[in-house]
Amino acid sequence: MISTQNLTKQFGTVKAVEDLSLEIPEGQVFGFLGPNGAGKTTTVRLLTCLIAPTNGTARVNGFTIGVDDTEIRRSVGVLTETPGMYDNLSAERNLSIYASLYEVKDPKGQIEKYLRLLGLWERRNDPAGAFSKGMKQKLAIARALLHEPRTVFLDEPTSALDPEAAHLVREFILEIKKQGRTIFLCTHNLDEADRLCDRIGVFKTQMLVVDSPERLRSQVFGRKVVFHLQRAEEALVEGIQAMSFIKEARQVDNKILVTLDDPEIHNPELVRYLVGQGAEIQFVGELRHSLEDVYLQLIKNS
Amino acid sequence: MNKIKTIVGKEWSEVFRNRLVLFTVAFLPLIMTAIPLGILFAMRGETGIEAATSDMPEQFNVMCPADLNGGECFQVYLVSQFMLMFMILPLAIPATIAAYSIVGEKVTHSLEPLLATPITTIELLIGKSLAAVIPAIVATWAGFAIYAIGAWLMITNKTVYAALLDSRWLIAIILVGPLMAILAVTFSLMVSSRVNDPRTAEQISSLMIIPVLAVFFGQVSGLFILNRQLIILAALILIIVDGVMVYLAVRVFQREVILTRWK
Repeated sequence: MISTQNLTKQFGTVKAVEDLSLEIPEGQVFGFLGPNGAGKTTTVRLLTCLIAPTNGTARVNGFTIGVDDTEIRRSVGVLTETPGMYDNLSAERNLSIYASLYEVKDPKGQIEKYLRLLGLWERRNDPAGAFSKGMKQKLAIARALLHEPRTVFLDEPTSALDPEAAHLVREFILEIKKQGRTIFLCTHNLDEADRLCDRIGVFKTQMLVVDSPERLRSQVFGRKVVFHLQRAEEALVEGIQAMSFIKEARQVDNKILVTLDDPEIHNPELVRYLVGQGAEIQFVGELRHSLEDVYLQLIKNS
Repeated sequence: MNKIKTIVGKEWSEVFRNRLVLFTVAFLPLIMTAIPLGILFAMRGETGIEAATSDMPEQFNVMCPADLNGGECFQVYLVSQFMLMFMILPLAIPATIAAYSIVGEKVTHSLEPLLATPITTIELLIGKSLAAVIPAIVATWAGFAIYAIGAWLMITNKTVYAALLDSRWLIAIILVGPLMAILAVTFSLMVSSRVNDPRTAEQISSLMIIPVLAVFFGQVSGLFILNRQLIILAALILIIVDGVMVYLAVRVFQREVILTRWK
């Protein structure tokens, strides 16, 4: 669980994080999106007690930053943006160092568990420096989870990974979500955020918006329904526009695009109207904006 | 305590794969041990150096045991000069290891995950310091032991042997050496925290040997002779300076500043 109130971090005259107030319940995957330099990594560092806030406060797993820093560090796992390993040491030795620092009760068992889960067990004796980027990233994820943290901070976990490795990491994130852990995911991969996150926050020094991906789409673009007709006519569009619950209706070729708040309730009425007017409906579907569209719109508006 | 042991073990696993460190820890003590032993070996049974005593500083003539002849006295004088060079070991070895310890983690991006663990700053600094101080002390003491055994085998005159291994050098090696190592480590850790290039860290840390070189040249030129009182005084000063340096090293090591300003 993460809770922040007016969390602010200023470096000299530059505000990196400003008045961040946020509640992330236990077991939720929270996507933290924003452009480069928006303050995402600074926020992660604040919440993992690596740096101190200039103002405001935060609680992580029930502990207060600046007061219970050691307890917070013990209860969270961090995958940093550039997760360095000790390249001369084996994968197993790398993890055993961190198992000791996190006071893991069964270090050998935990190391084996995560190396197997991430497909690195057979390479456990190889030096980390000999690993590919994807393998290093997986090893760093194992390191972040070794002590079974309640909250995991993942900063760009799939950046620069090949599609197969990225898929494996995403599956793994879903797996640890099922275990009830809170996941704070910083990513530029909006498709990934869409697939993994329960809620998303778009951040640019300040939090611009926080909601589920679906509700964000609805908030930014409204919901759009597409009626594919045998033959669309202007009169049909005008008729639809006259309905009180319609925000916008327009014709594109033989399709009519309708923007409305609640298609589940109003679609039957629209279908009845079109059929009543003699239109022949081929398909009805919802037009989903990508999260990228939503994100770009929000950043543009900011 | 376990975390400190983990850091020490980790540092050694990493650092002893570095050739420069290996050279400093293994070969430097061998060279520094070989020089005084070589002098002793070369001067065995030498009789034509009586006149050379006139080249020794006046203070040393006073310190030379009365029952030694001029040649034996010169032998003790010459070896004593190189024993001072031996004192470079407790500075050079830990400085080389400690200089890399923080900046090395910055370069390989392993510092942030390490600082994100529940390890305290004190535990981290003690671990990193011990990892540098222990090899320095072991190498210095081992080199001195080899020198003592070698000298015992080569010198038949027990008075000469006693003069070569008198209490001032025992105090210097056993007490001043570790204190100098602590000084070198705390200084190097501070430097390592505040730079972002390993070579810069090593170069700045190597400045620590300048005071020893100054003492060496001061003694060679006859400005002063290190006697027991001076060495005890140096030990007392080092205890105070070490205390201040340890305090400063802990103060200087601020996770936030290191991660954001000296990254």
